[in-house]
Amino acid sequence: MHRTGALYGQFETLEQQKDTASLGMWIFLVTEVMFFGGIMLTYAINRHTYFHAFAAGSNTISLTLGTINTIVLLASSFTMAMGVWSAQVGKLKLLPIFLSLTIILGFIFFGVKYVEYAQKFHHHLVPGRNFDIAYCVDNPSKCEDIPPEALAKEREEIAAARAADPDLNAHAQLYYSLYFGMTGLHALHMVIGAGLLFWLLAGSFKGLFTPMWNTPVDIVGLYWHFVDIVWIYLFPLLYLIDRHQ
Amino acid sequence: MAEHGHTEHIVKPGTYLAIILILMVLTVVTVVAATYDLGKFNIVVALAIATGKATLVVLFFMHAKFSPRRTQLVIIAGVFWLIILLFMTMSDYVSRIDYRGVRFPMTKNVSVTPAERG
Repeated sequence: MHRTGALYGQFETLEQQKDTASLGMWIFLVTEVMFFGGIMLTYAINRHTYFHAFAAGSNTISLTLGTINTIVLLASSFTMAMGVWSAQVGKLKLLPIFLSLTIILGFIFFGVKYVEYAQKFHHHLVPGRNFDIAYCVDNPSKCEDIPPEALAKEREEIAAARAADPDLNAHAQLYYSLYFGMTGLHALHMVIGAGLLFWLLAGSFKGLFTPMWNTPVDIVGLYWHFVDIVWIYLFPLLYLIDRHQ
Repeated sequence: MAEHGHTEHIVKPGTYLAIILILMVLTVVTVVAATYDLGKFNIVVALAIATGKATLVVLFFMHAKFSPRRTQLVIIAGVFWLIILLFMTMSDYVSRIDYRGVRFPMTKNVSVTPAERG
């Protein structure tokens, strides 16, 4: 982090200088919209084509864990916004607290994600030669974490989906490929975001960010909120497709 | 903007608190709504709520409501391109007929042999 709060020659005021920095960040975020947009389009086309397999796949993932993570991530956006506010009004003691809270919530999200991914490995739901959408239904003793009544419901759903789509297993793999691809890329963005937050935290301990100059806090905030927005869309697309019965 | 003597707009913590509460409520609403059978409208409701949540995040957490017009224009242009990407491509896919005259996607009445699949 070099000079703080200096006005560069091409700008008239600090205000204009900061607006320019956020404009640049927004342009980057628009390219990110296009990046995730392409993946979501891939998802939309496949969901439209293999609806039964996508619904059956979606019903084998944990709505509870997904909902917890949605709440955790929204809360982290709030603490991030409060961090930006602390820097803007010069509450220099509060800033590291809000940044730390944001990091902690980010790591809770990773923890839940780890539990979720581990579950998919145990349930043979990772795309590849061992993928079997009906693994838990066929081997209830191996999936004791799923309640029997939920498993009975899953059995009916998979049977109905198989009647509508004989190639169910192959198409459910498509769903799971997209599930891992989309949540994985989202998690990668969060890892980068967490790294940036640690960098801000170090700066905040040195008292670098003041009402005069807090551009990095603001810019990282924009990035963190964007990652939150991606999750706001991933949650209904991946977890809520066909919950009603 | 500088030439109009505009100073940085600071969103108050109360506003952030109100927004996060609305976002939490909408999350509960979308989960509950998903358990009702609304037919084709389940996805519409889910995406409408998601868009509402995203809009609140962009306007308040990301300060777009208080940003200069040119920043707002960049955001709107980005969303506009995304709509073109999704809407035009999907309108092709949902109206497509395959080489055997079968509406895409293939229904369960049409079996595809491995040879046909290629």
